[in-house]
Amino acid sequence: MTMTGGSAEDPNARSRPAIGEAIIGAGVLALAIVTFWQSLSIPVSPIYAKVGPTVVPLMTAAALGLLGILLLIDAWQGGWQTEEEKAVTPDRAALLWVVAGLVLNVALIGSAGFTIASTILFVCVARGFGSNNTLRDALIGAAFALIAYFGFVTTLGINIGSGFVESAIEGLIGLEGG
Amino acid sequence: MDAFSELLNGFAVALTPMNLLWCLVGTTLGTAIGVLPGLGPALTIALLLPITFKVESTAAFILFAGIYYGAMYGGSTTSILLNTPGESATIVTALEGNKMARNGRAGAALATAAIGSFVAGTIGTLGITFLAPVVVDWALRFGPADYFSLMVFAFVTVSAVLGSSAVRGLATLFFGIWLGLIGVDLQTGQARFTFGLAELLDGINVIVVAVGLFAVGETLYVASRYRLGKDEIVPLSGSLWMTAEEWRRSWKPWLRGAAIGFPIGAMPAGGAEIPTFLSYYVERKLSAKPQEFGKGAIEGVAGPEAANNASAAGVLVPMLTLGLPTSATAAIMLSAFQSYGINPGPLLLQSQPQLVWGLIASLFIGNVMLLVLNLPLIAIWVKLLQIPAPLLYAGILVFATIGTYGITQSPVDLILLYLIGGAGYLMRRYDFPVAPVIIGMILGPLAEQNFRQAMTISAGDWTVFFTRPLSATILALAALALFGPKLYQLAVRPKPDHVPGDA
Repeated sequence: MTMTGGSAEDPNARSRPAIGEAIIGAGVLALAIVTFWQSLSIPVSPIYAKVGPTVVPLMTAAALGLLGILLLIDAWQGGWQTEEEKAVTPDRAALLWVVAGLVLNVALIGSAGFTIASTILFVCVARGFGSNNTLRDALIGAAFALIAYFGFVTTLGINIGSGFVESAIEGLIGLEGG
Repeated sequence: MDAFSELLNGFAVALTPMNLLWCLVGTTLGTAIGVLPGLGPALTIALLLPITFKVESTAAFILFAGIYYGAMYGGSTTSILLNTPGESATIVTALEGNKMARNGRAGAALATAAIGSFVAGTIGTLGITFLAPVVVDWALRFGPADYFSLMVFAFVTVSAVLGSSAVRGLATLFFGIWLGLIGVDLQTGQARFTFGLAELLDGINVIVVAVGLFAVGETLYVASRYRLGKDEIVPLSGSLWMTAEEWRRSWKPWLRGAAIGFPIGAMPAGGAEIPTFLSYYVERKLSAKPQEFGKGAIEGVAGPEAANNASAAGVLVPMLTLGLPTSATAAIMLSAFQSYGINPGPLLLQSQPQLVWGLIASLFIGNVMLLVLNLPLIAIWVKLLQIPAPLLYAGILVFATIGTYGITQSPVDLILLYLIGGAGYLMRRYDFPVAPVIIGMILGPLAEQNFRQAMTISAGDWTVFFTRPLSATILALAALALFGPKLYQLAVRPKPDHVPGDA
C-alpha cells in the first residue's frame, strides 16, 4: 500500500520501465492465472455442458491475462502515470496512521465493541490527516460512533457489534438493543 | 398523451406527505454529500442500501433519486468555491466557476449553476417521461442475445470510452466482473472462486465493494497527499441575483447544455464527463467573448452545469427501461431494485407503474426543492466546507465501517472492505477508473445470465450473437466504441485526471 510509483527522482523515468506499474500489471496477470486455475476446479455437470459455470470465468481469466500483458508492456515502455502523480511521494506516515486505524478496528470490533473500535479508528485517521488534538478527536469520535450506533439500532434495527459501552448505555436508558 | 396521464398518477404518489418527506431528506442529504469532498452519491446510496429491508420500494427510490440529483447540485458549489470538484462531472464547472469566485462573482456563478441545473434537470426529467415509454416499446423485442450484446456495448463504453485508457478501464471492468462471479452460481449451484470461505458463498456484497473503493480507497489516497497542499475556500461574494447581462449570457448555454447532456446520458454509454466537456467547448466556440474563457466566463459554468444535470437524468432512461446502469450510482440503484426482487427492464413500467412514475414525478419535485435548497440556503452548505479534513475523513471511515459491519457483523466483510480499499487506493494512484468495477460487478452476472440463455436457445451455437441483426449491430457499435476513442481523444483534450467521489 505504501508503494512508490516508478522512480520519481529520475527526470528520464518516462523511457525506463516503471516499477509501480509493472507490479500492477504483474498483479493483474497473477489474478488471471488464479482465476484460470480456480475456474478449472469448478465441477461441470454434463447437463450444463454447453454453457456451464466455467465459460464466463474462463473468458474473464483470458481477458484479465491479455490486459495484464498489455499493462506490463505499457510499464516496460515507461509506465502511464502522469508527471504530476509521479512527482508526488505518498506521505507514508499518514498512510501508516490510517492503515493502523483500520487494522486496530478489525482486531478490536469483535471483542471491545463498535464504539471503542470506532473511536480508535477515528483518532488514528484524524492523526493521519495531521490532527494533534488526540483528546478532542477521541471525544468527537466516541460521540459520533455512539450516535451512529444508536441511529442504526433504532432506525434500521441492525445491531452492530455491541460491546460493554453500548450495553451499559442501553441498560442505563432502558433501550432494548436488538 | 399516455405518458402524461401516467405522470399525473406519479404525482399523486410523489405528493403524499411521506414521499415528499423522503424527497426532502434525499435532496438535502444529496446536496450535503455533493458539497463534501470525498463523499459521492454512489457511496451514500450504497451505505443506505440496508433501508431496502425496512422501507417500501417507492419511498426508497425517491430517497435515492433525491440523493442522486442533489449530489449534482452540491458538487457545483464545491467546484466553484473550493476548486476541488466534488464530483467528476463538475470538473469543468471548476474551470470557470472558481475563477468567477476569485473575481468576486461567486454569487452569480452559484446562481447560474443552480438555475441551470434546475432548468436542465427539469428538461431531462421531461425527457425521461417521454423517452422511457418509447425505449420500452423498442426493448420489448430484445431477446437474450440482444441483451447480452447491449451489455457488452455498455461495458465497452463505460470502461474504454470514458477513461483515459481503454486497457486500464477494461482491467478494472474485468476486476469487477471477477468480483461479481464470486459465490454460488445460481444456475448450477456450483461455488465459484470462494477459496473455501463460507462467507463468500453468497458473493461479495456490493456495499463492501462500493464503500471500499469510494470511502476507504479515497481516504487513503487523500491521506497520502493531504499535507502537500491546502485547498482554499473562496468566500461567498457578489449578489446571488444575476444581472440582466448574466441572465442573457446564461439562458442559451442552459438550453444547449441540456440538449447535449440528456441524449449522451440516455445512450447506453452514460457518463457525465463527456457532455460537460462538450458543452464547455461548444460554449467557448459560440461565445461572443471567447477571451473571457479561462478567466471566469459565466457561459462556461452555465452550459456544463446544465449538461451535467441533464445527463444525470438521461442515465436513468437505460437504467429504468433496459436495466442497464451506465454509472456507478445507477449500478448501485440497480442492486437496490434487485434487493426488492424487482428486475428493471422493459416490463418495469407495466409491472411497477407506481414506482416508476412516482420516481419520475419526485424528480420534478426534487428539482424545485434543490433550487430552494441551493440558492437561498447556500450559506449553510458553505459551512459544511469548513469541516476540518481530519474529522471529515475520520468520520467517513467510521461510517464506512458501520455500513459494512452492520450488514453481517462479520470481520471477513471488514477485511474485504479494507483490502478493496487498498486496491482502490492503487487504482487512484495509478489512474485506473473506479466506476467500471461497480458496473462490472452488478452487470456482469446479468450479462452472464443472458449469455447462457441465448446459448441455450441457440443450442450452443456461438454465432447467434452475430446472426441476429440487432445483436450484430450492437456488437459492431461496441467494436467501434472500443477502437474509436483514439480518434476522440485527439479531438477533445485535455482529459481530467482523477476526481474524488467519482459518480
